[in-house]
Amino acid sequence: MTLRLFDKWQDQSLDGIIAECRELVEDADFPTVKRWREAGGKVLGHFQVYFPEEIAHAAGILPLKMRGAPVECMHSDSHFGSYLCSIIKTSLELALSKKVELDLFVTHPICDAARNLAAVWGRNFEYPCQILYLPQNANSAASSTYLREEYKRVQADIEAITGKKVTEAALNNSLAVFNENRRLLRQLYELKRKQPWLLSVYEAYVLMNVGGMIQREEHNEMLKAVIPLIEARPVKRHDKIRVVFEGGFCEQPPLDLIRAISQSCYVVDDDLLIGLRWILEDVSLEGDPLFNLAEAYLEKSSYSPVQHDSRKPKEKMLLQRIADSDAEAAIITAAKMCEPGLEEQVAYTKALDKKGIPYFVSEFEESMTSFDHMEIQLETFTENILFG
Amino acid sequence: MPEDKKVDIVGRGNVEGANLFRDWFAELGEAARNNQGAAYVFVMGSMAEILKVFDFPLVLPEITSLQTAVRRVADEYLTIAEDYGYSPDICGYVKADIGIHLRERKHPMGAIPKPALTVLTNACNTYVKWAEIWERMYNIPVFVLDVPATRQAGKQFLVGSSDFTRDCKYVEAQIRELIALCENITGKKFDIDRLRETMAYANDMNIGWARVLELNKSRPSLFNALTDGTVYLGVSNNFRGTKEGSAFFKNLVEEMEYKAEHGIGTQTDEKYRLAFVGVPCYPIFRRFNEMFAEWGGAFVHSTYLHFASGGANLGFEYDVNRPIESLAEGTLISVREAMDNMFHQDRVLIDMVRDYELDGVIYHPIKSCRTVSTGLADGRRAMMAATDTPSLFIESDMMDKRVVSEAQMKNRADAFFEGLASRRLTAAKTA
Repeated sequence: MTLRLFDKWQDQSLDGIIAECRELVEDADFPTVKRWREAGGKVLGHFQVYFPEEIAHAAGILPLKMRGAPVECMHSDSHFGSYLCSIIKTSLELALSKKVELDLFVTHPICDAARNLAAVWGRNFEYPCQILYLPQNANSAASSTYLREEYKRVQADIEAITGKKVTEAALNNSLAVFNENRRLLRQLYELKRKQPWLLSVYEAYVLMNVGGMIQREEHNEMLKAVIPLIEARPVKRHDKIRVVFEGGFCEQPPLDLIRAISQSCYVVDDDLLIGLRWILEDVSLEGDPLFNLAEAYLEKSSYSPVQHDSRKPKEKMLLQRIADSDAEAAIITAAKMCEPGLEEQVAYTKALDKKGIPYFVSEFEESMTSFDHMEIQLETFTENILFG
Repeated sequence: MPEDKKVDIVGRGNVEGANLFRDWFAELGEAARNNQGAAYVFVMGSMAEILKVFDFPLVLPEITSLQTAVRRVADEYLTIAEDYGYSPDICGYVKADIGIHLRERKHPMGAIPKPALTVLTNACNTYVKWAEIWERMYNIPVFVLDVPATRQAGKQFLVGSSDFTRDCKYVEAQIRELIALCENITGKKFDIDRLRETMAYANDMNIGWARVLELNKSRPSLFNALTDGTVYLGVSNNFRGTKEGSAFFKNLVEEMEYKAEHGIGTQTDEKYRLAFVGVPCYPIFRRFNEMFAEWGGAFVHSTYLHFASGGANLGFEYDVNRPIESLAEGTLISVREAMDNMFHQDRVLIDMVRDYELDGVIYHPIKSCRTVSTGLADGRRAMMAATDTPSLFIESDMMDKRVVSEAQMKNRADAFFEGLASRRLTAAKTA
């Protein structure tokens, strides 16, 4: 790896690495992307929740997760009406204000707002803007084959941009890199689950988030260096309740909110940036790599309000997540104006009521700056459980 | 045609449409009394062609919900759903429907049967969340028919291309799975000849709908795309694939051709030809139209008549000699068309401005529907840049009176027409 997009973390202490990651996550100028472009690289921006980044990686184009940013929508506001989530506006803002320059933009049919983005972006930029039609019928026998062909189609579009054909060997290499990345993230999450005093949700979040804007090889290198440091961290366990955080699958809560939550409780599992951890096992390196990747999306994957799969009813999956992480309660959030998130909140809370599992319900917006009220409510909630 | 018969034709579509609508509700009431499970479906890809083969009564909850708003009782149902825990910020159709179910399916127009299954396409993601709600309430199968639509503006997969064929194969495979599911639920064997029959009726309706829409290019326009159009749309959806639906559209074409031949327009003194973009403001349905009609504004077309007919505006004709393959093709093309009319509505409107000689475009983005509304502000910019056509952008809702400000809408509409009048005057002076 001759080009490093993010090397500030090297030779730093654990706290120093986390601070550098935070800085990068909050930097709406996306310096890693700029560095990539300056070196002659091309960029594929993919909207939430999940994109098969391996295909982009194999083609030598940088996959950049478009997940909004703490920016003022000076340009994008006039492109949207009211009653819409913030992430679609801030993501467009990044491109309109040229903070991020892309060569291809891909969105997904995760929700009705996101499905409009290919058209909106396409009207404003010269580069191709398209939808990757991930299946909403995960239960059809034909879905894997369909998705494999859809991946092949996107691959061809990427090849047209890079001018470089993607070989099967390159794809398998990329699968191996991303398999390793997901293994390392699973390790990070296991640490958080088993010994949450060693790694707060906020720290895990920034360590994970940077992966969406740098080369995956770099991210792997960083995670491999960081995990032993976390394991050796001289931090004592505190008296905090164990909770699962649900609702961070698309628009992201502000970093300071995640930090505030981590001060009240141990978040032992969550769905923050679940797209980076969507596939739960290694994707096979035997046989057809695109088919393997497609099959993994459908058969070896997590769950989210934006994917329909009758084998994975969301409330059942949430209860499983709570049980598997030995959590005592749940924080059920949704981004403002997020239709799938807000609808799922009701299913979740009814299921939790039935099981007698306490929960805290809230909404957030990525641009929120004040959480005093929520902090007080959350503190009261956690104290009620601790001392109730 | 005898003279008195000719006179009866004008307005016949509205009368027949209203009667059919009452018949539909009566049928649902009967199904409810007999405890017969219905198929809950949606307007964009109802798959009525298949479901009618199995004699499922069809419940279209978008329509039963909007009727609560037209009857000015939507707020009761919305409140029930919100008290149950649903956010004020989600789709009003969904909430009104939840309210109906929490009231044991008692609707202002009668009883609604419970579902035996639900069939939906991905034309609207909220359909999926909605279906999941019924799945929990009634423990019923949810069948999502995935229809991969246009990937990139201006690059639709052409019929016969390898990309199109691939998508079609996927839709066909799912249709076969749907048939197997219906056999399982009903215990009835699939009858391919009955499918040919429902598809033949659907052909009549598609052809009829396309013709009726085309005829409204007439000057003056023959029907109000907003008010009358919604009646015709109701029949298009509720009676899809039926003898009654076929007869209705044959009659409607006859009526419109008669009106075109005799220069009979609507009750509006047509001064300005307008297109409506979005979903109607059902809480003040008639009054909304009046705000425009008072100025001589006539809605001659609407993207609603395209997408809410599930793309039937294309007039796709099934080939009944290869029914399942053709149903897959037709579903893919039509549902894709519905989605294009929502996401790429700017391109549709650029053609509409020219073909229907529009003087203005009225955009009505709504809080409840992000599918239709998300892209409208941006699409409007593109439309105006391409056509220099004046437009009005008024936000409200299709269900929730709390976000409908009639006075504000009236002010905006008045200002819009003053602008149109002034523009016309300037153009006349320049000429």
